[in-house]
Amino acid sequence: MPLNIDENIEGSFQVIGGNFDKAGEASSQLKLKLFEVGADEDVIRRAAIATFEAEMNVIIYAAAGRLQYLITPSYIEIRIEDMGPGIEDTDQAMQEGYSTAPDWVREMGWGAGMGLPNMKKNSDKFKIDSIVGEGTTIEMIMNFP
Amino acid sequence: MILKEIIKILNATTITSSVDRELNIKTACSADMMSAVLYYHTPDSLLITGLAQPQVIRTAEIAGIKTILFILDKKPAENIISLAEKHNISLLSTPFCMYTASGKLFEAGLPSCQGK
Repeated sequence: MPLNIDENIEGSFQVIGGNFDKAGEASSQLKLKLFEVGADEDVIRRAAIATFEAEMNVIIYAAAGRLQYLITPSYIEIRIEDMGPGIEDTDQAMQEGYSTAPDWVREMGWGAGMGLPNMKKNSDKFKIDSIVGEGTTIEMIMNFP
Repeated sequence: MILKEIIKILNATTITSSVDRELNIKTACSADMMSAVLYYHTPDSLLITGLAQPQVIRTAEIAGIKTILFILDKKPAENIISLAEKHNISLLSTPFCMYTASGKLFEAGLPSCQGK
């Protein structure tokens, strides 16, 4: 069922690299926003999980990033752009279990190499662009049923 | 499986001030890697973990997990307990290790969140 909203809703969050205390706040707020507009529960869950994984990647690997979302009556689009080291081989990074995370990140419960595959799994459309030395941009779309 | 049965089987203590002992737990997920939880969980899972970090609460909140069981009598810091209470997530602690806690619940009929 399409969303009953009069106009598209846009928003954005700044994500600061290394700030583990705030990790998950953007995803949590986006989840709340989707509840407020009466979005489908499965889409809310998928969007929140994919956004959380993306947020964690910025916090773990990048200096900073920006998370933008667009909610339309038929889909939600999430775009995460970071100022990070970039990914040399995105096909390799998309493989389950492949990770370059250091040990201290693993000790905090991250770096299992599931982040990018999980974002793709929870998206209806997924796109990743990365330039080494500049950063990574991820675009995800989840359609409302 | 009703949460109070899990508490009994695992000799668990409650950490958060409020715990819904009648909550119906359908599956369990044992992991210290939060991405694995996000990948394999199902809503209404019990999360069994040895990681007492704020990210565990965030992960549960995002994944729709309402109960977290810490192994080896681990108790998270007060700020983590407060974060869980804010999101209505119940925290429990068991003296058993992850292998034993998972095994006891599996033996009692609680399936894996992967259904295998």
